[in-house]
Amino acid sequence: MQIQQISIFVENKSGRLAEITEAVAEVGVDIRAVSIADTSDFGILRLIVDKPKEAVEALKDKGMTVSLTSVIAMGINDQPGEFAKALRVLADNTIGVEYMYAFVSREHGKAFVILRVDDSNRAVEVLKENGITILSAEEIYGM
Amino acid sequence: MHGNYFEPELECASREVLHYIQSKKLVKMVHLAYNNVPLYKKRFDEIGLQPGDIKSIDDISKLPFTYKDDLRDNYPFGMFAVPKEQLVRIHASSGTTGKQTVVGYTRHDIDVWARSAARSIVAVGGTKSDYVHVSYGYGLFTGGMGLHYGAEKLGATAIPVSTGNTKRQVQIMQDYGSDILCCTPSYAMYIGETVRDMGIDPKTLKLRAGIFGAEPWTEEMRREIERLLDIRAYDIYGLSEIAGPGVSCECQMQAGMHVNEDMFFPEIIDPETGKSLADGEFGELVFTCIGKEALPLIRYRTRDICTLNHETCECGRTLVRMGKPRGRTDDMLIIRGINVFPSQVESVLLELGMAPSYQLVIDRVNNLDCMEVQVEMTEDMFSDTVRSLESTEHKIANALQSTLNIAAKVRLLEPKSIPRSEGKAKRVIDKRNKG
Repeated sequence: MQIQQISIFVENKSGRLAEITEAVAEVGVDIRAVSIADTSDFGILRLIVDKPKEAVEALKDKGMTVSLTSVIAMGINDQPGEFAKALRVLADNTIGVEYMYAFVSREHGKAFVILRVDDSNRAVEVLKENGITILSAEEIYGM
Repeated sequence: MHGNYFEPELECASREVLHYIQSKKLVKMVHLAYNNVPLYKKRFDEIGLQPGDIKSIDDISKLPFTYKDDLRDNYPFGMFAVPKEQLVRIHASSGTTGKQTVVGYTRHDIDVWARSAARSIVAVGGTKSDYVHVSYGYGLFTGGMGLHYGAEKLGATAIPVSTGNTKRQVQIMQDYGSDILCCTPSYAMYIGETVRDMGIDPKTLKLRAGIFGAEPWTEEMRREIERLLDIRAYDIYGLSEIAGPGVSCECQMQAGMHVNEDMFFPEIIDPETGKSLADGEFGELVFTCIGKEALPLIRYRTRDICTLNHETCECGRTLVRMGKPRGRTDDMLIIRGINVFPSQVESVLLELGMAPSYQLVIDRVNNLDCMEVQVEMTEDMFSDTVRSLESTEHKIANALQSTLNIAAKVRLLEPKSIPRSEGKAKRVIDKRNKG
């Protein structure tokens, strides 16, 4: 149930994001979701893509610092209170959220939330117990 | 103490005896230099100094300095004090910046140098029955021939392997049973890694000590080489202008390099004022070649920054010890009145287990000097969260603060973003003096 997210170290220089996304595009990798965490000096670009391995190779070839991080993806119905319900489950089970970002799919009528938590296995367990959909890697990559 | 010396009567001489020897040799060499090297005659005459004014080593501070540029200006042989029929050897420095500096030796000079290298080999525990594996380059560079002649002088067996073909080097170590390895510390690391790659347990090699020099290295590198090769690693110092490797070398105490001061007289001076500094004070190392004929350099400015320590060593040697040079005067930065060497930043990074890929950017903001230390990110250092990257920055900044006594801003850079030319990275960008 773990999804491989690509994290890339990015200096705050204009043009870097374009270069990175171009490097990924060149090898025919499609981006599913994107998020960036930034400070005044640097940022961490996080990508969910359809072919993580190929993307990592392409980025490393360009000399970038890249790592793969396990994250989980929840699918929630696009209506008020659904997201809050999921977060409550995590809070009640004292699972900490490091970061998260979301994207909406019109096709599926759902919102998808990528979560990095301190205990992924237990998070998957308790979310499922509470009826929240957890997507497999194949489902996300093949979306 | 007993045994572990090549020339105990000199290496363990009392200060009085050393003072006597140094004084006699200095008086003689000052005459030699004045009468045979036009540059010295000119320099002496300019300040109204007569060779006869120098009566003992205590008068050394009356003498003018010699600079690397003097050798370059008199390239190739203009500072030699003997006719060429007395020369037996030429060496030259690599000349990475500017013109080469060429040095010459008489038979006597070669003997002095060989004795200094022989003392070095004995100081690290070498004996006549050892195989001395010399993996320094042989050629104009002094490394190879220096240790080679030292080994022969001692009566040990020199194996002149020179550099390159590392697997063959390891094979020779295994087959011949090399006891002592001499090379640059970076090559020692490479040999150590090759030993591991070849699936050889270093404990099965006879090798027990290494004499490493000719480039700056750190305590961390020493520990790594000792681990990789299962030996004790010793630091040797030398420069062709003075002789070559063996000007000074560590003993088995690994507590500073004993300078062969009966041959090469060292001083530490303030690089700005030229004034002599006391033991323990950091300053520029200056040598006078009191025992040499072909190139009798007087107060030669090495540009290396280190300290001297005249206390008698636990090994029994009275020869003064010099600390590992912490940098060169050319590299020294003065930031808010504090001396900072790029090499200090390098050792902080190495101590933290990080790659020493860094650049210092010095600027003046609101009349205050600011230093930014930029460090290239590696995969080991990278983490997916901002929090841990910021804590890495703080960790580096704190370590720098405690080593340099100056606050530095740390900035993480993408790999390979520091420009390199011919493999060497530019370490310092000083923006302060641009109007």
